[in-house]
Amino acid sequence: MADIAAPSSVAAMGDNRSSLHKLMQRKSTVAFLMALPLILLILGLVAYPAGYAVYLATLNKGMTRFVGFGNFEFLFGRDTFWLVVYQSCLFAITAVIFKAIIGFIVAHFVHNIPSKGQRKWRGMLLVPWVIPPAMSTLAWLWLFDPSYSAINYLLAPLGIDRIPWTGEAGWARFSVILVNVWIGAPFFMIMYLAALKSVPEQLYEAAAIDGATWWQRIWYVTLPMMRNIIAITALFSLIVTFANFDIVRVLTAGGPLNSTHIFGTWAFRVGIEGGDIPLGASVSLFMVPILAVAATFILRDITKRGSEV
Amino acid sequence: MASRKVSRRRFVAGTAALSTAMVAAPFVRGAYAAGKLSLGFWDHWVPGANKTSEALIKEWAAKEKVDVTIDYITSQGNKLLLTTAAESQAKSGHDVLAFSTWLPSRYADQLVPMNDVVEPLIKENGAVNATVEYLGKVGGKWLAVPATIGSQMKGPCSRIDMLKQHAGIDIQAMYPAGSAPKADGWTLDTFMKAAEACHKAGASFGIGLGTTSDSVDTAGAIFHSFGAQLVNAKGDITVKSDNVRKALDYYKRLMSFLPEDAPAWDDASNNKWLVSGKGALIMNPPSAWAVAKRDAPKVAEQCWTHGFPAGPAGRFGPFLPFFWGTWNFSKNQSAAKSLMVFLSQKSSAEQLVAASGGYDLPSFANFTTFKTWADEGPPTGTLYHYPNPFNHQTLSIAAAPAPHKIAEQIYTQAIQTQMVVRHFKGEAMDRTLDWAAKEIEGFSRN
Repeated sequence: MADIAAPSSVAAMGDNRSSLHKLMQRKSTVAFLMALPLILLILGLVAYPAGYAVYLATLNKGMTRFVGFGNFEFLFGRDTFWLVVYQSCLFAITAVIFKAIIGFIVAHFVHNIPSKGQRKWRGMLLVPWVIPPAMSTLAWLWLFDPSYSAINYLLAPLGIDRIPWTGEAGWARFSVILVNVWIGAPFFMIMYLAALKSVPEQLYEAAAIDGATWWQRIWYVTLPMMRNIIAITALFSLIVTFANFDIVRVLTAGGPLNSTHIFGTWAFRVGIEGGDIPLGASVSLFMVPILAVAATFILRDITKRGSEV
Repeated sequence: MASRKVSRRRFVAGTAALSTAMVAAPFVRGAYAAGKLSLGFWDHWVPGANKTSEALIKEWAAKEKVDVTIDYITSQGNKLLLTTAAESQAKSGHDVLAFSTWLPSRYADQLVPMNDVVEPLIKENGAVNATVEYLGKVGGKWLAVPATIGSQMKGPCSRIDMLKQHAGIDIQAMYPAGSAPKADGWTLDTFMKAAEACHKAGASFGIGLGTTSDSVDTAGAIFHSFGAQLVNAKGDITVKSDNVRKALDYYKRLMSFLPEDAPAWDDASNNKWLVSGKGALIMNPPSAWAVAKRDAPKVAEQCWTHGFPAGPAGRFGPFLPFFWGTWNFSKNQSAAKSLMVFLSQKSSAEQLVAASGGYDLPSFANFTTFKTWADEGPPTGTLYHYPNPFNHQTLSIAAAPAPHKIAEQIYTQAIQTQMVVRHFKGEAMDRTLDWAAKEIEGFSRN
């Protein structure tokens, strides 16, 4: 039995080796192996924590029993939660709109600077985006300090009364949005600048021959050519802004009267500071469906335009 | 490395010996703890304070032949809080960890009971105040050992000159260094009049109304002074009571004499207020005075730390204790207990207090008259009344006596200061009370 089996097992081993060899020669296998470290990183640092957050969100406050959607049901009955939903939407949407507008305008300015000096400007304009937000927000905190605001100090000689930058709900919301726009606008600027550079010059020449005005060139040439990049940038920024934590945490810690809390900061307040981790996990997970809906709409539009092209 | 464990029997024998023997006899002589011990201690604000605790720990480790590693973990950016949460989830971490105010009760199920450590210590060092007991002892079990390092009072620190000049109050006469307070006239009414006078003179009291602990602690003490509980010990919501209304009404009037931006203040704002020379009073441990001593000596020379004003229900001062606790997954629990006992000895506590410049406040009754508080200055005796040496006031914490899980949420979500600001900004009293009741109702879920 063993005598008979031996040759066949050797043959099988040879077959296995050659098929393994073939497998290793495939481009897709090599690509997979090269991507494997990254896949493992993503599984460990993104997929596992996300799954664990979902698990935590289904537990009771004492983390002793499964409550299904109980935490979400509880949240839906809380006024503060809906205030946080409103503020998160206000914060993210307003900030993204302003970042897009400012980025678009500045990208045009930079695009029109002669290429010799453009690099310098690009570098300088990227500075707010490059500095770690927690650090730059600290500098803003000093500028907005309730009692010793440097901005108020400068405004005083102009006869402008002390502005409660972080002390009144409206001003506090304005302040956190302003800082977010300051940090995020350079990202839009650089993306739009790249898009502008890829618009064929002939299109502008043709438009000029047709007698198009400055506005018509923007509306009928520039914007259609940049649509995809605008959509992707907006989506990316929307996700990042919704999930923001550091700016609000450092600047207002969600105050005054919870008027600047967004999902991230309120989840931290409830989960870590307040000791209700399942509820904190539920708060932070609540932004997933909102972002999923936004992503679906924006990406669907991109796919549609892609197939039109 | 071979590790020798201290048996429970042996440890209990050691602690029993401690409770009967005089302090002169070193506690650890009967407890030969060994092996490894990792410590996560609070990273002290006061420069150099960590060195003293490190030296004490090394002294103990050398005697006990324990291999000790110490991590000083800052509370800045909630690092210590996050470390605690992570260790609790991972069921792995330091053998001894510093637990701030509410954390022993939060992690009650995961902490090793410390009755065999704390009860002998109380016998020897005197009773602990009711707030320490409320926070550290749940269901008859001591969950952690009251720690000297980081424990603090947040009573008033006043400017002697400004109170005298603007409000006609001689605060040093009320709280003389070296003798009992003569502060019967130091009531919430006097406090209000002084706040108004100083505000008119451009030296407002620097009391925050934000959501961080300094603001919450002051609000808690004033609410206690009116007997105003948001939730009673049984867990019943008692927001809509006369006492709460009275406290809110008082605070509304007081707020009109505080800095306009008080709702945006954090724990640094009051310190800056004092050091800048703008304010006549803040509520803080002596750290603000210590900074003034370094950066604004003329301001520091005029500072006097003293007791809280009394209200209709009594005189309450905010006290925030730290604890040392041991997880039930810790591998060297007996050595951990032995170290905690060593650090709670009078000589250790006295050294820790001295190293912190009087900031640290041991919880035991016999430890409130150390030389440091009498000697610190300028002005000499400025900290004499900081440790409440005459039990002149009841040490308290905001949201007590509510059940811990509710109280912790009331505290961290700053319900009391939010009520004050809402009402001050024009919201009707009943609406404010409704809002608070609804929020608290949510905290009661299991």
